[in-house]
Amino acid sequence: MALQSLDIVRRSATTTPAPQARGAHSGQVAKLIDVTKCIGCKACQVACMEWNDLRDEVGHCSGHFDNPPDLGGQSWTIMKFAEHEHADGSLEWLIRKDGCMHCADPGCLKACPSPGAIVQYANGIVDFHEENCIGCGYCVTGCPFDVPRISKHDRKAYKCTLCSDRVAVGQEPACVKTCPTGAIVFGSKEDMHEHAAERIEDLKSRGYANAGLYDPAGVGGTHVMYVLHHADQPELYSGLPKNPVISPFVSLWKGAAKPLGLLAIAATAFAGFLHYIGIGPNRTDEHDEREAEREAQRLRAEEHP
Amino acid sequence: MNREHDREIVRYRAPTRINHWIVAISFVLAALSGLALFHPALFPLASLFGGGPWTRILHPFIGVVMVVAFVLLAARMWRDNRIDARDRAWLRNVGDVIHNREENLPEVGRFNGGQKLLFWVLVTCVLVLLLSGLVIWRAYFSQWFPIGAIRLSAVAHALFGLILVCSIIVHIYAAIWVKGSLRAMTEGKVSYGWAWRHHRAWFREVVSARRRAD
Repeated sequence: MALQSLDIVRRSATTTPAPQARGAHSGQVAKLIDVTKCIGCKACQVACMEWNDLRDEVGHCSGHFDNPPDLGGQSWTIMKFAEHEHADGSLEWLIRKDGCMHCADPGCLKACPSPGAIVQYANGIVDFHEENCIGCGYCVTGCPFDVPRISKHDRKAYKCTLCSDRVAVGQEPACVKTCPTGAIVFGSKEDMHEHAAERIEDLKSRGYANAGLYDPAGVGGTHVMYVLHHADQPELYSGLPKNPVISPFVSLWKGAAKPLGLLAIAATAFAGFLHYIGIGPNRTDEHDEREAEREAQRLRAEEHP
Repeated sequence: MNREHDREIVRYRAPTRINHWIVAISFVLAALSGLALFHPALFPLASLFGGGPWTRILHPFIGVVMVVAFVLLAARMWRDNRIDARDRAWLRNVGDVIHNREENLPEVGRFNGGQKLLFWVLVTCVLVLLLSGLVIWRAYFSQWFPIGAIRLSAVAHALFGLILVCSIIVHIYAAIWVKGSLRAMTEGKVSYGWAWRHHRAWFREVVSARRRAD
């Protein structure tokens, strides 16, 4: 069992159970990002680069603080800075660390056509196994949060692993380890809920009446959660979706269409087989040849009387 | 000319036959590689193309070859595939078709109602597969389209691919069912009797030299 984790609860494009003898008996994990404590220092981006040995190309300033401007094969998490003007004219800087949400019901895994390219561990982490990735980009199509990116260099899909390698040996993710304000914390999902509840209570006492936890039910909850000052308007945070769900198109494509499609193909072929043995082939016989010859002679006689 | 040869009609000339088989071969390759990505049970088909990444790389290029060849073939065929009242009557009597009772059916021109229906189903499928395929061709085109269009295209590509595969199964079976048809597309010729039995109006036109054989 060397190099096997034996705790895979879901495996992409696989119709039988993956090895899952080992459970997450100490509880599923979660990362809680308290955006109200975030100062936008990007230490989490640096820690992610450092731990994962990633170095994105040095780009250009695109007129705002987002740098790099988008997630990518070499940037698995980025800070997104939104300047929000309230109705009373006051300005608020809403900074959100963007990256994989590690959905309990992952759209990427549902969409992936390659066996074992995406797995979900018992602890809740959704991980890409790039050696099995074929580069089709279906995970991008399936993700409700627009997170996975296909690398332009190797045509493999990449995203935040929630530092599955660190978590597997009892460490917290690199971004959590480095966050200087304690805005990112990591633990069991249950503990993170409790911690979030305390933070929300504190925020409410400070005037943020709509403070709340972002753990969207439409994707079964997520293993990366946010504490938001404006939980009633998650879109303010650089387009965090209010009710993320796997698109019905993706559900149809990767749900009913698959078995029904194979059934339709098999049924069509079988219908042909039944017709052949039940009714049989349609053969041209001697009678047809004689009639045809007679007709041909008649027609030629008409043409050349 | 011997008498045997004399009693044959050219149904498809060599350029048409070659064109047809380029479409056929590229369809089979596109279908096998597409099915590999459609259902996990069929993913092993990817081995035929050198594995998953090669299947992903090759499938759209094979599809483009198929579309180009199909357009050329359809351009040769479309005039003979316009559906008229006689074809609708033929299609209404599909029971007689299935039971090989052709004597009960209206006379058929170069193509029968079923073949014409298939032709237009194929035209529709190929068009939808081309457009949706470009949208989900991640390496070159997907970045130009919004995510909603990509998701719709993914499901449309799968559904019309399935319709195409099922339609071609019907097409292949028809060639097995109606003896002498396959030879028309391999050697190009059919017997007088075959033409008289299955495509009598076309037979009359060709024999009386009102239209050239093709």
